[in-house]
Amino acid sequence: MRDTIIPIVAQRRAHDGGHHHEHDGIAAAPPTIALTRREFLRGTGVLVGTIAATSIFASLAPSRVWALEMQGLDTHQGEVLLQVTRQIYPHATLDDAVYALVVKDLDAKAKADPAVRQQLADGVAQLDAKAGSDWTKRGANDKAQDVAALAGTPFFNTVRSTAVVSLYSNPMAYEHFGYGASKGDGGYLHQGFNSLSWLPDPPAGASGPIPTDS
Amino acid sequence: MDQGNKVQFKHSDGNVVVVIGSGAGGGTLANELAQKGIDVVVLEAGKSHTQGDFSTSEWDAFKMLSWLDMRTTSGSWRLAQDFPNLPAWVCKTVGGTTTHWAGASLRIQPHEFKAKTTYGDVQGATLLDWPITREELDPYYDRAEKKMGVTRTNGLPGLPGNNNFKVMSAGATKVGYKECNTGHMAINSTVRDNRTHCFQRGFCFQGCRMGAKWSTLYTELPRAQATGHMELRTQAHVAKIEHDARGKVTGVVYYDANGKLQRQRARVVAVAGNAIETPRLLLNSQSSKFPEGLANGSGQVGRNYMRHTTGSVYGVFEDKVEMYKGTTMAGIIEDEAVFDPKRGFAGGYHMETVSLGLPFYAAFLDPGAWGPNFTAALDQYQYTAGMWIVGEDMPRESNRVTLNSDVTDQYGLPVPNVHFDDHPNDEAMREHAYKQGSAVYEAAGAKATYLVPPYPSTHNLGTARMSAKADEGVCNPHGQTHEVANLFISDGSQFTTGAAENPTLTIVTLAIRQADYIAGQMKQRRV
Repeated sequence: MRDTIIPIVAQRRAHDGGHHHEHDGIAAAPPTIALTRREFLRGTGVLVGTIAATSIFASLAPSRVWALEMQGLDTHQGEVLLQVTRQIYPHATLDDAVYALVVKDLDAKAKADPAVRQQLADGVAQLDAKAGSDWTKRGANDKAQDVAALAGTPFFNTVRSTAVVSLYSNPMAYEHFGYGASKGDGGYLHQGFNSLSWLPDPPAGASGPIPTDS
Repeated sequence: MDQGNKVQFKHSDGNVVVVIGSGAGGGTLANELAQKGIDVVVLEAGKSHTQGDFSTSEWDAFKMLSWLDMRTTSGSWRLAQDFPNLPAWVCKTVGGTTTHWAGASLRIQPHEFKAKTTYGDVQGATLLDWPITREELDPYYDRAEKKMGVTRTNGLPGLPGNNNFKVMSAGATKVGYKECNTGHMAINSTVRDNRTHCFQRGFCFQGCRMGAKWSTLYTELPRAQATGHMELRTQAHVAKIEHDARGKVTGVVYYDANGKLQRQRARVVAVAGNAIETPRLLLNSQSSKFPEGLANGSGQVGRNYMRHTTGSVYGVFEDKVEMYKGTTMAGIIEDEAVFDPKRGFAGGYHMETVSLGLPFYAAFLDPGAWGPNFTAALDQYQYTAGMWIVGEDMPRESNRVTLNSDVTDQYGLPVPNVHFDDHPNDEAMREHAYKQGSAVYEAAGAKATYLVPPYPSTHNLGTARMSAKADEGVCNPHGQTHEVANLFISDGSQFTTGAAENPTLTIVTLAIRQADYIAGQMKQRRV
């Protein structure tokens, strides 16, 4: 897993002139209308969102606006997949920016494998058909039922197995769920490994001394 | 690590001992032999990774250290559904699974060495007594504990308990358990052996960056190299063990780092590839003289595969636990690790603290699960405490590693298939342990408990077991195969039964003893 905070729109790619840096990070500015043309030309999509001002991520990020450029999925497909993921792994207060990381990894798989691309496209089309044209406009109850009905299908399995890794293996998730991750690299010996105080301490002899010889 | 070599042996040098694998068994055996002046070539299938390479990311560490070569599964165990190509969570790296292990170091109990005598006939199980007693092993256990710096032995203090242990301890006390402490751990509780004490990072499973946890990576292997009697070859995947017309092994054929076939001659070959690769290699070494596989006249190679009766219990509390802070497994309840058939099963089990980071908690809590119940558990992550169950499982002839000739690995070799069905005794024990584990957490105030199925197996045992009679096993009490005098089994494959203890200490103990034996046999020109 890369320690990127939020995926970003590539600002400019200079007509593929050998300039292939990954532009991961926080978008400094909202995407511009130029994106529409890019989407048309290259068949890619963009997901855009804003982190709630009350979110614990708001203070972490240089900008509350985030954007994800996709190369295997179009914008609508990305939006549907994000909302499907919210149904599969619902965390009411977890920001869309984290769910977007699942779409990012699905996009990478779609880009790398035409079969996955087709599978995701078909799955989205199937959902859209249920809604008439745009599944994202379905009511919450309908969405839940639609996704539950897909359980066990290859489409569902692809989204779920990607999501269970992507959703919970990134610094925003660590912050949200309260996991120390790399913050523990130096060790918790002097940073609260035994800070729990709401239970009686273990009997003498059950534990051991704090080492002092380093 | 290859740079650590002070000596290079010729491929044609037939005087060396070839050790296959560099983990607890192979790494220890290699060092013990090298310290005696015996020339050793260690062939390790994995790459060399140093402490500096270790990652705090669970998935990155998993990808770097784990044995991910193709494997298949069958049988009624849940792993065959959830992780059909990952029956075991073991390592392919210099140091083997001692990079990943949690450090729990318990001696197998005297009655467990006599499983058949103690438990009697258990239907559907192929129990045997070990051809060796605890009393005979005790002097070697002493040496292993000293080597590894096991806490609460040799005057070493126990590790200080972390939050996860505090919860276990409080619950155990209320339930009435008497034997609960921070355990016997091969993790330095003080600075010793040129290695620091534990800093309570909590990434034991991802490799100990501090080097406080004993691993052959930075103890046995460099020390063996320093003698000038051991050469370590990494990314050396052994494909076949060869023999002569008399049935003595003459060397091994392996793929080197460039995928090129090499032949290393040997006076003795010791196999320590963990209990899936070890039988696979013997089976893949079949010949006209050994049509069922090398040293497999008994038909026992690959059979009696054991992986301990395991499972986890997680408890959710009103207040924060933050189980990830500090040593992954420094807390143990020993009261249930006794023989007490009144509970409805033979054998006993331990409860040991365990913690998973958020990524692996999500992956292993209930593999395949989704929806609000699953996410509710994740939402409580920082209020959660965890324990792992380690119990004795029953050996069964039909639980076995075989060659899957329909599927081949990157070298074109048949991959191992691991077949496992839980024995009714295993199921009864797991149910009991789930109940007791839940009771511990409820006594400490848990508002919810989660019963978690076994992870891909880390304790893989029994597939080339030692036996008094040649037709009941593969090797003798020294790990020497019944059929081939200069071929040894040097890992957990040689366990006659599984016992209720984490196996590494016993693997190291047997390797120390085996080194003495091999040295004696070589001196007497018996091998």
